Amino acid sequence: VKICVLVKQVPDAAVEKRVDPSTGRLDRSGETNLNPFDTHAIEAAMQIKEGGKADVEEIVAVTMGPENAVRALHKAVSLGADRSVQLSDDALAGSDVCATGYALARVLEQESPDLVLLGQQSDDGECYTIGAVVADHLKMPSLTQVIQMDVEGGSLRCERQAEYGYDTVEVELPAVISVGDAINEPRYPSLKAIMGAKKKQLDKKAIGDVGIEADRVGVDGSRTSVEAINPPPAKQAGEVIEDEDTNETVEKIVAWLDERKLLA
Amino acid sequence: MSGILTYALHYGNEVNKNSLGAVSEAARLAREIGGEAHAVVVGESVADELCQSLGAYGASKVFRAEALEGLAQPVVDVMAKLIDDHGYSYALFGGGLLGFEIGAGLTARLGAGVTMEVTEVKAQDGKLVAVRPILQDSAVVDSGYVVEPGIIIGRLNAFEADASSNGASAEVEDVQVELSEWSTKARMVNRGEQRGAEVNIEDADLLVAGGRGLGKAEGFELCEQLADALGGAVAATRAVVDAGWYPYSAQIGQTGKTVAPKLYLAAGISGAIQHKVGMQASENVVAINKDPNAPIFEFSDLGVVGDLNKILPKLTEALKARKGG
Repeated sequence: VKICVLVKQVPDAAVEKRVDPSTGRLDRSGETNLNPFDTHAIEAAMQIKEGGKADVEEIVAVTMGPENAVRALHKAVSLGADRSVQLSDDALAGSDVCATGYALARVLEQESPDLVLLGQQSDDGECYTIGAVVADHLKMPSLTQVIQMDVEGGSLRCERQAEYGYDTVEVELPAVISVGDAINEPRYPSLKAIMGAKKKQLDKKAIGDVGIEADRVGVDGSRTSVEAINPPPAKQAGEVIEDEDTNETVEKIVAWLDERKLLA
Repeated sequence: MSGILTYALHYGNEVNKNSLGAVSEAARLAREIGGEAHAVVVGESVADELCQSLGAYGASKVFRAEALEGLAQPVVDVMAKLIDDHGYSYALFGGGLLGFEIGAGLTARLGAGVTMEVTEVKAQDGKLVAVRPILQDSAVVDSGYVVEPGIIIGRLNAFEADASSNGASAEVEDVQVELSEWSTKARMVNRGEQRGAEVNIEDADLLVAGGRGLGKAEGFELCEQLADALGGAVAATRAVVDAGWYPYSAQIGQTGKTVAPKLYLAAGISGAIQHKVGMQASENVVAINKDPNAPIFEFSDLGVVGDLNKILPKLTEALKARKGG
């Protein structure tokens, strides 16, 4: 079994994210890191590899992104991926969901994995859709927000929470699975793994290398357009108490609740 | 042809509330840009009445397809064929898990633009513009579509169900669609399993909600004691329900309940969008969290930065003492 894990470089959680008004795109100039949701996908791949129910030949981390996205791949490798692939091309800048899904699918096609794993959402785009887009291009079954996954022969038995409770779904491989953060507790990389990450094989691909049609990606290949970016509707900021003396804090909370007639 | 196609999710003999919202929104928008609002129902032997009932929400026609229920890819096959055959300008989905998956599948299949987490749709010059908050709701983007069809996926509770076309009955048309090979490779083994005890949080005026910041399942005892002292009930975030700390029936947000109590006291909840959409109609929101940068403080009326393990027991004590005295 060959597993590809899709990963993404996102602005660090501590960085205040903003949209560049001139381009309508996220300003990615600050500190960046591997999308925290993706670490669960890598861990899920490692658990399949170590679980003994499937013979995992290889775990490959795949990303699409500019030069500095290589850091996400190094992190992914330090967490257990055997090698990585970076799709990087100026022509890809500004790609929307439709274009990004198409481009990633082309890269994955070349790898022909038996299983594609990804995090259920990216920390920056708050978008839960890429897995399902990629799956349709690859003509594979897919499931998102999976929180339990077991290999059974050539299938995966997956559990997830859907609209009416928990669903158990059997998915035949090859498949694309987005995992939720409840699926596992990602391990920390060892110092040795961190040091060794840069030495592992990393293949850089441009769009021509994987047969991506230039007019289907980037701003021109995107099917949505940003018409305007506005501030959110103004909301009066709430009162904030820093808890220094807890007795005092509790008094303040009780008074606040009482004022609003919330106490019987 | 123009028009808007929506997906109506159902379970048992009932249509999902967010789907009814999507049908109503599609009908409203179709009146503005011209064309009709149609809906798709996919399932096993779906009753005529269920399909016809969408007429009250403004759907003039409902397509019914026979296929496995509760999975996205068969619906992608059905909707892609209908959009190909009839040339709808837009496909619209209410908030929820399946809508995201179906919308995403259609994006790939049709090479269509998609906007998700949409809170509002505007009609401008005969076209639709989807309004989407981004970056933890710190900015709002107006997203247009370069080509048709455009895919619009709503945020939970974004579209209100409007049954004002009362008494109208939708025309039902059965469609046969050959499923893609890969759509038949996922099989529902068990659907809608309820985990944990049945609790009622929707009727409570006062809710104490717990999140991952409680640290462990036992942390919920602090919430239960506080809820007792307040005379309210306990709710939970998805993260802790998935972790098995609290029953699913107490879950707020995306794939859980939507509540609007007089008081929502959030303990150890960071305030992810998926949680926010289930509780933002609450009258008063109090948040206790040790992280001063937690997004929940952006939409709470009273924020307390501190350790809930210290604050909750003392607050419970104070409320009890107050009652006693």
